[in-house]
Amino acid sequence: MAELFRNKLAIGAIVALLIALASSLVMVPETQQVVVVRLGEPVRVINQFRPKVPFGQTGAGISARIPFFEQLVKVDKRLLTFQMERQLVQSTDQLRLEVDAYARFRIIDPIKMVKTAGSTERVVAQLQPILSSVLRQELGKQTFQSLLTAERGAVMVRIQEGLDKQARDYGAQVIDVRIKSADLPAGALESAFASMQAARKKEADTIRAQGQRDAQVIVGQAEARAAQIYAESFGKDPQFYDFYRAMKSYEATFANTANKGGSTIILSPENDYLRQFKGK
Amino acid sequence: MVGIREFLNDRVLAMAGRRSPWGKGPEDGGPEAGAAPAGPQADLPEPGAPDPASPPPPSGPRNPWLPPAGTDAPPRRSASIEDIFRNRPGGGGGGNGGGGSSGGPRFPRRADGKSWLPTIAGLLVLGWIGSSSTHLIGQKEQGIVTTLGQYSRTLAPGVALTLPWPIQTVAVRDVTTIVLTKLPEGENQNLILTSDKNLIDLSYQIRWKIKDLEQFSFELEAPETTVSEVAEAAMRSSVAEMPLNAVWGGSGRGELQDNVRRRMQGVLDAYRSGVQVLGVEIKKADPPAKVADAFQEVNNAQQDAQRFINQSQGWAQQKVAQAQGDASAFDQVYTQYRLAPDVTRRRMYYETMERVLANNDKVVVEGGGVTPYLPLPELRRRAPAPDASAAATPAPTGGQ
Repeated sequence: MAELFRNKLAIGAIVALLIALASSLVMVPETQQVVVVRLGEPVRVINQFRPKVPFGQTGAGISARIPFFEQLVKVDKRLLTFQMERQLVQSTDQLRLEVDAYARFRIIDPIKMVKTAGSTERVVAQLQPILSSVLRQELGKQTFQSLLTAERGAVMVRIQEGLDKQARDYGAQVIDVRIKSADLPAGALESAFASMQAARKKEADTIRAQGQRDAQVIVGQAEARAAQIYAESFGKDPQFYDFYRAMKSYEATFANTANKGGSTIILSPENDYLRQFKGK
Repeated sequence: MVGIREFLNDRVLAMAGRRSPWGKGPEDGGPEAGAAPAGPQADLPEPGAPDPASPPPPSGPRNPWLPPAGTDAPPRRSASIEDIFRNRPGGGGGGNGGGGSSGGPRFPRRADGKSWLPTIAGLLVLGWIGSSSTHLIGQKEQGIVTTLGQYSRTLAPGVALTLPWPIQTVAVRDVTTIVLTKLPEGENQNLILTSDKNLIDLSYQIRWKIKDLEQFSFELEAPETTVSEVAEAAMRSSVAEMPLNAVWGGSGRGELQDNVRRRMQGVLDAYRSGVQVLGVEIKKADPPAKVADAFQEVNNAQQDAQRFINQSQGWAQQKVAQAQGDASAFDQVYTQYRLAPDVTRRRMYYETMERVLANNDKVVVEGGGVTPYLPLPELRRRAPAPDASAAATPAPTGGQ
C-alpha cells in the first residue's frame, strides 16, 4: 500500500510538472503574433510582424512565459480584410452610384492594438465607419465618369491613405482599399436601360440609312459605268447610232410580238418605205 | 405475476449458462429460486451471496463462466483500479470476484506470465511515430513542415521523413492543379457598367495556381476569397475603362482579359499571396436581358443594310453587263456597216419596217386633197381582239 501511495505521488508530480511546463511554454504558429500581457500591462510581442522576414526565421515556434503572471493575447499576423457596407455615393453631377468596397490591412503593432482596441474585431468595427466616410467624401468630389474609373486615378490612393492614417492609431496598417463594385441604384438602372434602348434604336436606324446610302452609291457608279461604255461605243458614229437605235426602237415598239396588231399605221405613198410602190 | 417472473428467471439463467452444455448449473434453477425474495437483481449471472438454502455444490465439471458455487468465495466488491492493473498470479478464475464483474478485459498472458500490455503500448507508439513521421507527397503536391508552429521547410514530391506529430506537423497541398474560379457564382446577372454608362452582363472565370505555398499558407487570411474579390474589382475597373461595343462586340475582349489578368497579378503580388494568375476568360458578355431586343434590332439593321448593298450590287452588275452587251452588239454591226454603209443601212431599214408593218394594220392613203376619215371608235373596238386582226385586216380599209 505504501508503494502504491508513492507511485501516486510520483504520477502526480509528473503531471504537475507537465502542467507547469505547458503553461510556461507557448507555441506560436506562423500566422499568429502573441502579445504577452503581464499583470494587465502588454509587455512584449512574440512573432511580431516584420516585413521581408522569411518564414522560419520569424519568432514563431516555442517561446517561454511566466505562468499565471503573463496572459497571452493572440493576434492574427496575416493580411486581413473587411468589407464596407454597400452605400450610395453621389457624384458632383448629381448622379448616384452604389459602391461596394473592401480594405486589406494588417496588425503591425499588436501592443498598440491590444491597448486601444483589444481585439481585431473591434479594430474592424472602428475602421468600417471611417472607411465609409472617407470613401463617400473622396468619391463625392468626382464626376460620375471618373467614379466609374475611380480605380485608375489617385482617388483610391487618397482613400487608402486617409484610412491608413486613422488605422495607425489602432496599430493597423491599411495596405489596400479597392472598390469591388460600383452599380447603379434601382431607379437609375431603369433609366440606364431606357437610354441603352434608345441608343440601340438610333444605331439601328443609322445602320439602315448607311446601307441605303451605300446601295445608292453602288447604283450610281454602275449607271456611270454603263453610260461610259455606251458613249465609248456609240460615239464612234452618232448618225449611225441614231439610225441603229431608231430601228431597235421601232422594232421594240411596233413589232412587239406580245402586242400583235395593236397599232394601225397610216402610210402615205410618199413614205420612203413605199418608194418602190411607184415602180420607179 | 409469479408465472411471468418464473419465465424471466428461466431466460436469464439460461443466458447465464446455468444450463449450458458444460454442466448443470446449481439445482436452484427451479421455481423456488425464482420466488426468492432477492428479486430480479439476485438473478443476475452472479448472485452476490448464494442463497444459504441452496443445495450443496454439484459434482459435475466446473463452468468457467460461472463462479464456483462453493461458499468459500469472498464477498463481492466493486472493481478498483488496482484490480485492473494487479498482476494476478495463476490461471483460471481464481478466488476473486471472477470474470466480467471485477473490471476490464483480461489480456491474454505471455508464456512467462507477464502481461502483453507493454508490448502493445510499445507497438502503438511505434505505429504512431511511424505514421506521423513518414509522409508520401504526391507528384502534384508539396508539404509545409512546421516545427512547433514555426515553419521549417517545404517538402517536394516523394517520401519524406519528419519528426513525429506533435513536434512537426505537415500540411500537404496540391500546388500544380489549376484552380478554376467562376464569377459570378450561380446564374445571376452580373451587370457591370462600361465607360459609356451602358451595362453589360458578364460572366468569366479565373485560372490560377499556387506559385509559393509558404506565402499562400501564411500570408493571407482567406486566399481563395481574396482571389475572387481581387478578380471582381479588377474586372469591374477594367470594364469601366472600355466602351460597351468593345466589350460586347469582342474587339476589345482580348485586351480586357489581359488587362484583368495583369491587374490581378499586380494586386495579388502586392498582398504577397503566392498566387499566380494564369488566365482570365470571359465566358459570356451579353447585353442585359431587358434590352436584349434592342440589341437584336441592331443586328437586324445590320442585316438589312447588307441586303440593300447586295441587291444594288446585283443590279449594278446587271446594268454594266447590259451596257457591255449593247455596246458590243453595236460595235459589231458598226464594223459591218463601215464595209458597205448604204446597203447595210437600207437592208436594216427594210428588215425592220417589214417586221413592224407585218405585225400591224396598215392604211395607205394617197396624199393630196383627200382628207381621210378615220373610224377611230371602230379601231378602238378592234383593238382588244388582235387575234381576229389577221382575217379582218382588209375590212376597215377601203378609205381608198
